[in-house]
Amino acid sequence: MTDIIEATEGAAEEAAASAQLAAGSLAIATSGLTKRFRGGQVAVDSIDLAVPAGCVYGFLGPNGSGKTTTIRMLLGLAFPTAGTAEILRTPMPNGAASVLHRVGSLVEGPAFFPFLSGRENLARCDAADQTADPRTAKARIGEALERVGLTAAARKRYRNYSLGMKQRLAIAAALLRPRDLVILDEPTNGLDPQGTREVRSLVRQIAADGITVFVSSHLLAEVEQVCSHVGVMRGGRLVFQGSLDGLRHTRASRIRVRTADIEAAVAVFAKLGLADPDAVDGVITAELGPTEPERITAELVHAGVGVRELVVETPSLEDLFVGLTGEGFDVEH
Amino acid sequence: MTLSTELESTAPAVPVAAVGRVAGPRGEIVRGYGRFFASELRLVFRRRRNQLLLLVVFAFPVLIGTGLKIAAPHPNGGEGGGPQAFFNQLAGNGVFLTLIALQALLLLVLPLVVAVVAGDSVAGEASYGTLRYLLTRPAGRTRLLSVKYLAIVTYGLVATFIIAITALLVGVIFFPVGPVTLLSGTTVSLASGLVRVLWVTLYITAAMAAVGAIGLAISTLTEHAIGAIAAIMVLVVTSEVVDQVPEFSPIAPYLPTHWWNSFDSLLRTPIDTTTLGHGLLSFAVYVVLFTSLAWAKFTTSDVTS
Repeated sequence: MTDIIEATEGAAEEAAASAQLAAGSLAIATSGLTKRFRGGQVAVDSIDLAVPAGCVYGFLGPNGSGKTTTIRMLLGLAFPTAGTAEILRTPMPNGAASVLHRVGSLVEGPAFFPFLSGRENLARCDAADQTADPRTAKARIGEALERVGLTAAARKRYRNYSLGMKQRLAIAAALLRPRDLVILDEPTNGLDPQGTREVRSLVRQIAADGITVFVSSHLLAEVEQVCSHVGVMRGGRLVFQGSLDGLRHTRASRIRVRTADIEAAVAVFAKLGLADPDAVDGVITAELGPTEPERITAELVHAGVGVRELVVETPSLEDLFVGLTGEGFDVEH
Repeated sequence: MTLSTELESTAPAVPVAAVGRVAGPRGEIVRGYGRFFASELRLVFRRRRNQLLLLVVFAFPVLIGTGLKIAAPHPNGGEGGGPQAFFNQLAGNGVFLTLIALQALLLLVLPLVVAVVAGDSVAGEASYGTLRYLLTRPAGRTRLLSVKYLAIVTYGLVATFIIAITALLVGVIFFPVGPVTLLSGTTVSLASGLVRVLWVTLYITAAMAAVGAIGLAISTLTEHAIGAIAAIMVLVVTSEVVDQVPEFSPIAPYLPTHWWNSFDSLLRTPIDTTTLGHGLLSFAVYVVLFTSLAWAKFTTSDVTS
């Protein structure tokens, strides 16, 4: 629990810092954004998102933590019960008509008409866009299909697409026009490893063009590989927000030494002033702090401690993630 | 549909610089709307199910015409009104097959055809999940709803005209054609008779526009197109049954189906404009009321599909 509290405090600081840094250049900013369903259940509980323009923001959280509801509110599909949301400095949902053409989105998986081909489905999407230029429609549709590698399957009916192709078509729809922000909700859901890689490389490409990418996922590994910033949801609350490094630093690295001379090692650790030492069964661990591992090694050798193993333990993001979001459904009770 | 254009124009004011080509000249908005509408029409008319329904409304006049040709009614004048009058006239004039077919299909088939497209309009998009992607284009909620409604009305118009034109052709082939004796006993020229048939067809299109509005409103309430279609038909049939019960006669004029058969007012001299006016007023009220309900619901509720 202490970890979570620390992390939350860290998150608040991080958020404040990044909000100051990026004042005016936030691609997404929400304040006290809340969604309470009619039954009284709070799906999203007063969250303050701050997504700097130009970053790849991973929106993490277990299933049911409120990610999709948040995204629906950002896109004007659902109405907040409290708080405000802005995308590209335009208030939502009121500004939907004036800003959404700059936002590409994938919400809760692809959805197209099964009896139309991929190209026809995109044409329909484009026709619905009140500001799209019909003269460039054909070229833009072709480009979008090319970009996701569906040119060869463009004439095929959507119903005959594989899951990966469906997902890619949805991304093509999100890229039909030049965008300033792309919001992808679980873009790799249900994909095989190869499909996941394809999507990941697409996200990288999009980001390389300077487009802000907001990608939600319940898979940490996915986010870790592409994101520079993360927000972590748990039970409708934003429990961490900041850079990926910021998340890493919410828990200190530890040094772990396995030795037969445990008492001598404890003495060396004490001499070096390492915090929170813990010696059990021939293994001693302590917080690394600013001390360099090389120095610890040298001191141990100097003191004649026989070192069998010396490891710097950096907490994996997964540990941090689980620490923030809980072990699973049991923990929530 | 002035409703929609007004609402579009009251969209939140945005700094001109941020809008760029978005607001654009009025012509661009109209062209964009036309493009969306054309795309919607293609979708409606390309769907196999909707094509089959049009095939059904095409087949009925052919069947009715063939049946009546075989039954060969006797030409015994055109006194009185109602269906009998049309049947009696048919042997003398094929034009009356149009009125017979329209009247027969108006009972159930034509409302069903309109109900299918109307019930599917929003609920179908919701169940496919395409609704969320249309709205995030952005299609605009009011704009989307108005395009959907116009497509429903267009489909109803096409279905009604298919019945009228098919019946006219079959009537011309199977029966003699000539000056038309109206229900009031006067005879008008064939051309004048055909114009009256055109007015009848348009009157019935207006009745179907009212059904379409009710269907659109019901369609915004659910994600299940079949449920919406069934609900519309239950409503239509209930209205027709209640309309036949004398005890309910005080409320009869307010029923959505009450004025449907009043198209025979167009087949009298002089034309009974009072009855027609009541009918058109009833349709207009239903259109305004239910498109407003649809709008109120659709623009304020979360899209969760």
